[in-house]
Amino acid sequence: MAEEIKTDEEQAEEDKTKFLFIMKKSPHGSTYPQEGLEVILIMAAYDQIINVLFTDDGVFCLKKGQDTAGIMVKNFSATFKALESYGVEHLYVDRQSLKDRGLTEADLLTPVELVDEDEMREFIREQDVILPF
Amino acid sequence: MLFTVNKSPFITQNLKSCLKYVAKCCPILLYEDGVYAAVAGTTVEPMIKDALKRVDIYVLQEDVKARGLDNLIDGIKVVDYAGFVDLVVEHNVCPWI
Repeated sequence: MAEEIKTDEEQAEEDKTKFLFIMKKSPHGSTYPQEGLEVILIMAAYDQIINVLFTDDGVFCLKKGQDTAGIMVKNFSATFKALESYGVEHLYVDRQSLKDRGLTEADLLTPVELVDEDEMREFIREQDVILPF
Repeated sequence: MLFTVNKSPFITQNLKSCLKYVAKCCPILLYEDGVYAAVAGTTVEPMIKDALKRVDIYVLQEDVKARGLDNLIDGIKVVDYAGFVDLVVEHNVCPWI
């Protein structure tokens, strides 16, 4: 059996650090989500493997139709739509968190992948760095 | 992967949502107000006991003492700061803040 030889590209991909951002707070109750988003954008510039999981109140960050003019803070929600073009691999959303809050995928401002905790447990274990916001 | 929880289980859902994502053989460390979850006889005790069937749960001794807590749930392991450091060195950390 021939030994599997990796191409330089495959090796480079394997050497990358796996980052998972876990967004678990509502968008305008604290500055965590906005700061998290900024860190995601910064890390995306370093060509590493970046995924984001929205769970608990974090799913509210992706709610369509946010209008923050009245509370005089920046509406950063639109930036989540742009993450794909920054090289973020997947936006995962916890199915149950969405359901618990009376939301469906149609309420979200960008396409996402709905996941269950069963799928995420192993995935979380495989990460090199976890950053919660 | 070491999961860490530092909020009281009586005011946030942090512990509950952490337990949802903890895989078998990933330990959990309770510190700061997270240690309140380690006390026997509370409404969260069943959740902790159920988790203990799958994973190790540690509690930070200094935070337990600071809050005057005793009567911890059987099976929870007490560590001091040095033990905390050992856990962090041994595992990647998933801070469930």
